[in-house]
Amino acid sequence: MAGTGPTLRVEGLRTHFFTNDGIVKAVDDVSFAVDRGQTLGLVGESGCGKTVTGFSVLGLVDPPGRVTDGRILFNGEDLLTAGEERLRSLRGNRIAMIFQDPMMTLNPVLRIETQMVETVLAHQDVDRDTARQMARDAMGKVGIPSPDERLHAYPHQFSGGMRQRVAIAIAFINKPDLIIADEPTTALDVTIQGQILFEAQKLCRETGTALIWITHDLAVVAGLANHICVMYAGRIVEEGRLDDVLDWPIHPYTRGLLNSVPSQKKSGERLEQIPGMTPSPLNLPPGCAFKTRCPRADHVCDAEPELREAVPGRRIRCFHPHTQGTP
Amino acid sequence: MSVFVIRRLLQSALVVLVMSLLVFVGVNVVGDPVEMLVNPEADQAEIARVVQSFGLDRPLYEQYGLFLLNAFKGNLGLSFVYGEPALKLIVQRIPATLELALAALLMAIMLGIPLGVFAGLRPDSKVSKTIMAGSILGFSLPTFWVGIMMIMVFAVMLGWLPSTGRGATVNVLGIDVSFLTWDGLAHLLMPALNLALFKISLVIRLSRAGTRETVLQDYIKFARAKGISNARVVLVHLLKNILIPVVTVIGLEFGGLIAFSVVTETVFAWPGMGKLIIDSIHSLDRPVVVAYLMIIVLVFVIINLVVDILYSILDPRVRLRDVKA
Ligand SMILES: Nc1ncnc2c1ncn2[C@@H]1O[C@H](COP(=O)(O)OP(=O)(O)O)[C@@H](O)[C@H]1O
Ligand code: SF4
Ligand SMILES: [Mg+2]
Repeated sequence: MAGTGPTLRVEGLRTHFFTNDGIVKAVDDVSFAVDRGQTLGLVGESGCGKTVTGFSVLGLVDPPGRVTDGRILFNGEDLLTAGEERLRSLRGNRIAMIFQDPMMTLNPVLRIETQMVETVLAHQDVDRDTARQMARDAMGKVGIPSPDERLHAYPHQFSGGMRQRVAIAIAFINKPDLIIADEPTTALDVTIQGQILFEAQKLCRETGTALIWITHDLAVVAGLANHICVMYAGRIVEEGRLDDVLDWPIHPYTRGLLNSVPSQKKSGERLEQIPGMTPSPLNLPPGCAFKTRCPRADHVCDAEPELREAVPGRRIRCFHPHTQGTP
Repeated sequence: MSVFVIRRLLQSALVVLVMSLLVFVGVNVVGDPVEMLVNPEADQAEIARVVQSFGLDRPLYEQYGLFLLNAFKGNLGLSFVYGEPALKLIVQRIPATLELALAALLMAIMLGIPLGVFAGLRPDSKVSKTIMAGSILGFSLPTFWVGIMMIMVFAVMLGWLPSTGRGATVNVLGIDVSFLTWDGLAHLLMPALNLALFKISLVIRLSRAGTRETVLQDYIKFARAKGISNARVVLVHLLKNILIPVVTVIGLEFGGLIAFSVVTETVFAWPGMGKLIIDSIHSLDRPVVVAYLMIIVLVFVIINLVVDILYSILDPRVRLRDVKA
């Protein structure tokens, strides 16, 4: 598997939902890559297609949704042409996912132990006792006190933060090559957010696991990711090294996002929300989808901007980028 | 947990008491019991004797007290028709009815849950649509009519199955059962299916609704994201969640099965309580009717208790609440 390029490379991914009301282009021509030990931040407002992107990689898009185009190369193997059994053997084993709402991700009627052990037994040829020992270790690693006791508990006996730790422990239990963390801290208190972030980061660094960190909150990604993709209405609008993007956002949407994050502004400066709402995915405006909310929009934007390299190492999708002037 | 059980036991006792009052009032006060008890051609002296021997001249509350006291001792009077204790007559018939009801319950579970889960997992397939159409028929066709049709087809026209009675029985621990002989099984099949038809439809609908709701839950998606087999996702993650409401309803409906067996037992001449009660109503055998009603009340109360306990075993969240309570 070595020497086949990055751990995950997604090329021109399109995932559409064929609903009764029309086609929802939840993911429309999305490309990115993430390698061993790297963290990719996938950022954008709610509904822009982040979760669907994650599900697409795992092959878990349910009807009426379907991946219609693109390539998903995992260690060089195209997952879109892989069979269901092959995908199953990768899920939870080589590629794991952590979900947004920890209150909903664990099965309420099964013990924590059952839900952890089955993840091991599905992929590794070990006996139950070994699997149980692995579960115990995994719980210890994510900072859950007295794992022996906790293994016998049911999810409802855990707080939200503890449940998310369990979910992270499950994600790491088979030492995957890639973890997709879908807003794992969004539903948690701010203090717990920091702890969870820290645990996940530490584990990834220790194991060299590639990480895709999905969030709508740029502040969360700052200091975590190496690389960042900003999504809007199913498309990537800006992509580059995290520091570069935060220092000098080029796309008007990224600027808007940054201006609405408190920590990015000097004190005294006003926070600005991006005006307007995300357009309905069923009737996106023709041309640039950000047109209706963009301060720089003009008649040129009635055409569809292509993703292009505006400055070295930075790809954006815009006709009037902030390439000149102040950062 | 034990506090919970004791509280439920006290509630149950209260229910039985209230029902005994209703049964007593229903049978002894509505309508003149003397008229039912005495030969229309009897003279005054004879009537007086009967009234006295049954305590009908005493005040009502005394009569009720006496009824309760006797009932507590297991004495619900002698059957007018058989001259035997009414309770004994009923109890003798319980195994037959119970066997029929349990067989129907088993069918409802074994057929209803798999069919319902399948229909829930593949709501758009032809098979699922057929299953759902079948369940509507099961709901809407009257039991007695289906029973008669079954007899017509399988007993009269095809001659595959016997139409009446229990067939050869085997005595197990003092109870006669049919299901241990081939002949008994053949006799059991049609009435049990007839009685089960409504419940199968109910379980199909419940399982399907539960499945459709549960497959959308995050924890099912998460289970799939862990790479466990589809079979395990369905048989463990999904089934354990939908079993909670299904078991509750099936359990509560078991009393209904016993009560409803009246119709099926009559159609198939199944010698259970239901057949006895219909015969007793026809012959105005009041003590037997009273005994039957009291037994049915007891059955319902016990079933409710068992369902509550089962429910708490299945759903850990309920268990916790009880511990705290
Ligand atoms: N099952 C579905 N049917 C129709 N549309 C869907 C479905 N799931 C997601 N979508 C649409 O896909 C888009 C992207 O959703 P999602 O990936 O969940 O957004 P995010 O995770 O960025 O908040 C949304 O517009 C949503 O309406
Ligand atoms: S293409 Fe036009 S509308 Fe779209 S982001 Fe750029 S300036 Fe704004
Ligand atoms: Mg999402």
